[in-house]
Amino acid sequence: MSHKDDLALMSHLMRRAGFGASRDELEQKVAQGYEAVVEELLSPPEELESGKMALMLRYHPSFLLPGGNPLSGQANWMYQMISTQKPLEEKIALFWHQVFATGNSKLDNCDQMLEQIKMFRQYGLGSYKELLVQISKNPAMIFWLDNNENHREAVNENWGRELLELFSMGVSNYTEVDVREASRAFTGWTIRAKLPRQPYGRYPWHFEYREEDHDDGDKTFLGESGNLNGEDIIDIVVQQPATARFICRHLYNFFVADEPQVPSWTIEPARDEEALDAMIATFEENNYEIKPVLRMMFNSEFFKNARFSKIKSPAEVVAGTLKMVEEFQFPEPGILQIGKEPSYMGQAILDPPSVEGWHTGTEWINSGSLLARVNFVADRVANTELPGMRKILDLIQAEGVKTPEQMVDAAAEHMGFVELNQETRQQLVDNAKSDGDLDWSNEAAAKQRLGEIMALIGATTEYQFG
Amino acid sequence: MTSTKKDPVIVVLQLTGGNDYFNTLIPYNDPLYYDNRPIVKYEREDIIKIDDTYGLMPSMGGIKELYDQGNVAIVNGVGYKDSPRSHFRSMDIWHTCEPDKVGTEGWAGRVAREMDPSKENVLTAINFGHGLPRALAVPGVPVAAIADLSTYGLLTGISDTSQRAKALDLFSRMYSPTVGGSFVTDYLRSTGIDAMVGADIVKVAPELYSSNVEYPNSPIAMHLRDIAQVYFADLGTRIFYTQHASFDTHAGEMAGHPMLWKDVSDGISAFFQDLKEHDAGDNVIMYLFSEFGRRVHDNGSGTDHGAAGASFFIGNQVKGGLYGEYPSAKSEDLEQGDLVPNWDFRSDYTAIVEDWLGMDASPIVNGKFEKMAILK
Repeated sequence: MSHKDDLALMSHLMRRAGFGASRDELEQKVAQGYEAVVEELLSPPEELESGKMALMLRYHPSFLLPGGNPLSGQANWMYQMISTQKPLEEKIALFWHQVFATGNSKLDNCDQMLEQIKMFRQYGLGSYKELLVQISKNPAMIFWLDNNENHREAVNENWGRELLELFSMGVSNYTEVDVREASRAFTGWTIRAKLPRQPYGRYPWHFEYREEDHDDGDKTFLGESGNLNGEDIIDIVVQQPATARFICRHLYNFFVADEPQVPSWTIEPARDEEALDAMIATFEENNYEIKPVLRMMFNSEFFKNARFSKIKSPAEVVAGTLKMVEEFQFPEPGILQIGKEPSYMGQAILDPPSVEGWHTGTEWINSGSLLARVNFVADRVANTELPGMRKILDLIQAEGVKTPEQMVDAAAEHMGFVELNQETRQQLVDNAKSDGDLDWSNEAAAKQRLGEIMALIGATTEYQFG
Repeated sequence: MTSTKKDPVIVVLQLTGGNDYFNTLIPYNDPLYYDNRPIVKYEREDIIKIDDTYGLMPSMGGIKELYDQGNVAIVNGVGYKDSPRSHFRSMDIWHTCEPDKVGTEGWAGRVAREMDPSKENVLTAINFGHGLPRALAVPGVPVAAIADLSTYGLLTGISDTSQRAKALDLFSRMYSPTVGGSFVTDYLRSTGIDAMVGADIVKVAPELYSSNVEYPNSPIAMHLRDIAQVYFADLGTRIFYTQHASFDTHAGEMAGHPMLWKDVSDGISAFFQDLKEHDAGDNVIMYLFSEFGRRVHDNGSGTDHGAAGASFFIGNQVKGGLYGEYPSAKSEDLEQGDLVPNWDFRSDYTAIVEDWLGMDASPIVNGKFEKMAILK
């Protein structure tokens, strides 16, 4: 493999396991070696920071406890995505946010949403069973799915059902009786009394187990009987073959390549059954830990060959672009806007449309969202003064890029080794030809031309994939 | 120009944040108003009386003028049972017509889908503002979002005119249909063309527009002027959506609330003057709503989240007047200190969808709801 191929592969890994990397970082990581980089992503050294939170605390303290203002919470998370030194921690949080989709629209308490995301950072790469226990006790989730209304004498099945349907096994792998019995087992799993809302700020919520409100009668769930409690249900759920398949397919869909929408999974075969089987086997052999599955996946040929086979989510478009152009390295004024940008493209982070999360793949794209994506990228890469753009343009200048072909190829390479199809590349080259070769005697104008070519690459269908 | 044969058009103006109903249509003879509002109240002499019982708050002069022409219907007590008093949840309920579960499809988006099932016009529905409100979001239904009509478009970051023209030309070639493309690529390409066509079509609107009406300089008035421009350009848009914020007047209400309504009322007044000047008022109605009203008793500086509110229908084809019953403000009739809704918001939508747009309302609003004869 040539050095360029190594860089392109590393670029792919960093895009999937994080939100992209600069050329400097790619060079450094290639020197480190692919498998070592995977290992570091999975187990980052303790001293690395999960984002420049001290700066955020100093300049935007309200972002840390946004309360009734979800925009501040969204800006907080976007800033963390672009400033973290542990990119996979942030990416896995985004993954679980898609699976355990909880929305601030109902909570109206963004502090609790941020707590949930923090929990995903902490537990998201570990034991799936432990993660299910954590999410069962997560106040935001309890309120979102009404488990605080699930009482010994009046069972509310909302949480019990979604635990089985959306968070573990998937539909048609259990009966209505199982839903009922699982719900009974989670009676009494509630949050401490939610005090009335105040105009400013929100009260913190806490998990509380109320023995007296728990139904301790006998239950039969998926063939197992006894005085089952919530943890017992989770134990049983985790060991179901359907669960391993469902969770691994989610991981494949998020990290490897676009699958059909989740509701059709019972009918549609997986895109790559062999790859999925390998992931499932790893999951089961490793006691349902997430990390070994990701290790096996990132190091696999099917992952390495799956470049540009996923449509980027809006959060990935925004975070990836901001990282590339190095805007908002410092939480400067205007930062409130960056949390809103994914919403304009159809993904209001911390506020998914429903417990089913977002529909992904092609469903990210509609005429409004495509326009927003194209313009967002174009506005930034055409701004040759942004720090990341300066670095990229200096590198291109140092490479001695001159002809229209070289210009298009260099621009695509520095935007993440984008694989343009032959026809698109030719159209871009022809377009560049009308202005001739690059004239470096007027450096500013030359860089402006390159910025415009990058804006056009950002506008291609190819660039919508990551 | 006669416009009576054209398709009916709806403009939805969302008052985001929870408008203080008790301080909008004011029962100015009711001692309970003054008892409950020691501070956050309008003075009796400043209230614009519309009859012996009710008056509009002082900055609604523009709307009062339209009311006097018989073109404003105000519906009392609008909301739904068991209001959660959360902005976001409540707005979702208004947007999706799903009070008991989290819905994913917006009612206005469903209307757009019914109007144009084969997606012939990419501009059937437009939001004037950033992104899409959930009311307009339905998977597969193209809806444009125009934050500012004068700068709307694709690749607007390329400032040089000839470079941008070249870029757009290239874009249209890069997105033109191919033979043997995959489903995903074909879909991306056709969507790209939709986006470009929409932006391209809509840019004629400001060029064609001329008017003697001066709109005030407020964000909502600018959106309403953009709406008028697109409407006059005859691009087939039938659902216009916009919003003004933030009516969330927990504090400093007596400073903020009059300004909010002044912007809205003056903007609406200019918009309807503009329609009149263009002889285009007969096919447009405007609908105003807010996700909830506010607490009856003030908190010393503002008001907290409440339940029942008022909605407004405005236009030549509206039968003006007060509709429904103002909920009782007696303490024994309040729920958690709030006016109790007695009229379901989906009844308003039903009137719009059936009596104005001439479509079956139940699949849009998720059920059958009693409606009032508000529209001619």
